[in-house]
Amino acid sequence: MNRLAPKVLPGFGITLGFTLTYLGFLVLLPLGALMFQALSNNPFDFFRSAFHPRALSAYWNSFSMAFSAALLNTFIGLLIAWVLVRYRFFGRRFMDAVIDLPFALPTSVAGFVYSTLYSERGWLGEFLGQNGIHLTHTWFLTVLVLLFTGFPFVVRTVQPVLEELDGDLEEAAAILGANRFQTFIHVIMPSILPALITGFSLAFARGLGEYGSIVFVSSNLPYRSETGPVLIVSRLEENAINDASAAAIVMLMASFGMLLLINTLQKRRQSNG
Amino acid sequence: MDSFNGDKLAGSSPVPNVAAEAASFAPPSLRDCRTESPFIQYTLIILAWFFFLGILGIPILYLFTQAFSGGISLFFQSIFADKDTLNSIFLTLTIAPLAVLLNTVFGLNAAWLLTRYRFPGRTLILTLIDLPFAVSPVVTGLCLVILAGSRTWVGYWLDRLGIPFLNNTPSMVMGTMFVTLPIIVRELIPVLEEIGPEQELAATSLGANGTQMFLRITLPNIAIGLLYGVLLCNARAIGEFASVAVVSGRIAGATETMPLRVERLFQEYKSPADFALASLLALMAFGTLLAKGLIENRLNYRHHSVKKGKMGQ
Repeated sequence: MNRLAPKVLPGFGITLGFTLTYLGFLVLLPLGALMFQALSNNPFDFFRSAFHPRALSAYWNSFSMAFSAALLNTFIGLLIAWVLVRYRFFGRRFMDAVIDLPFALPTSVAGFVYSTLYSERGWLGEFLGQNGIHLTHTWFLTVLVLLFTGFPFVVRTVQPVLEELDGDLEEAAAILGANRFQTFIHVIMPSILPALITGFSLAFARGLGEYGSIVFVSSNLPYRSETGPVLIVSRLEENAINDASAAAIVMLMASFGMLLLINTLQKRRQSNG
Repeated sequence: MDSFNGDKLAGSSPVPNVAAEAASFAPPSLRDCRTESPFIQYTLIILAWFFFLGILGIPILYLFTQAFSGGISLFFQSIFADKDTLNSIFLTLTIAPLAVLLNTVFGLNAAWLLTRYRFPGRTLILTLIDLPFAVSPVVTGLCLVILAGSRTWVGYWLDRLGIPFLNNTPSMVMGTMFVTLPIIVRELIPVLEEIGPEQELAATSLGANGTQMFLRITLPNIAIGLLYGVLLCNARAIGEFASVAVVSGRIAGATETMPLRVERLFQEYKSPADFALASLLALMAFGTLLAKGLIENRLNYRHHSVKKGKMGQ
């Protein structure tokens, strides 16, 4: 439709110039500086710091934590989206409105609250401590915080798809003798699967880069619980800027891969309907 | 097999039987077939509340209970009696609006460019706009540190001209701008797409110049979407932690924003004060949610960000 409007409307030159200048200064220049820093070194040194055992374990910690949290969020998010769309119950609108809180709340506040809530003096930490469970500085607590920061992604990607789902298909399935479980697996699931995967990838990508909440709840020990972003910051504090940028390049490549995947999935979702 | 006898042997089979069989074959009611039994419904609802309260509800309730446990006066005292905390609030209220303002100007420009014209390199610009979503804020901070360092000509000139950058407000604004860059554009693009260029084309054909067209046609049409984007961008800008932590040098009373100040208070075991400042941030987040809800419900605005990538062709 917009293809009918070639350069009839005014402002092409100005907006193009402004957009390119802004992106150049804000995005390309800093990222270029990082590339420059990484490439100006001996490639052997670059690979040695990018794949240093400490860096490798940091990538693995980031990956495993973000992946577990995103996977859990996919199931919980689907459940909550389903309940919000399909059922009417007390407090539904409240739940629907507050789901977005992790997007509006600074992640450092989330990390702060979780670390105090599960500490020995916090409500849940005290309760769990009496039963012999200590979560402070554990892998599990970090996953729990990532569960919080990525909470709305799956709900908000699946919800609109569930709302627009064609009821005729479910009725047809029922008439043909399918029970609700079969209908869910064979009729509903295929149509919401792309949205689920998109939500998962968004939550996963967010978890990979997360820093603000993790520094509060994790012990941030090298090799054991240090994540990629935490590693980059501590390398920077050690003034090892080459090590920091090598790790940053690896993290950057991983997130580019994620972005590419998300865009491909979304394009496929659009062409399907 | 039995149920098809009626069709095959229509002559020999008595009619009432066919009807009865057909009735037993059909589901009890089509109205029920899109929902579950009450037992399953209640189980799922209770499970949903369990996760909702466990992940969101209890932590937030805990935050406010702790912040106000010493009474309202102690709450205000721990915020307003501390000079460094006040300074962090002031700094956040400087950095966030600056970053939002600049990103708004950029968002209007870029969204107009990307929706109203087709030109080579358009997809590349879209990808560049999405980039900050994929870059960890820590990496953003590192990029700025390298950029202003002694090895680049940018750092060289910043140093020569005596422009303060690292450990100062400009780098913190720039980090925040980078992290929040895509939010407003991504909100405006679908809105502008949906409206289409017809009204604007009509305005220009009737002799309106660019400014008139923008102020009288485009801006009123996208006002709600713009407001929505600004709201989301502002919330993210206030909460930005990682990139600001890296570039600011974290000088107490000088380059500490509110989220950084929360961490400082937490590490110094200043117990009611950290909860007080954190709950102030949480109150701001609830304010954002409230405004967002008003825009969605009262003004019937449909959130677009979840459908991002719509323009990606």
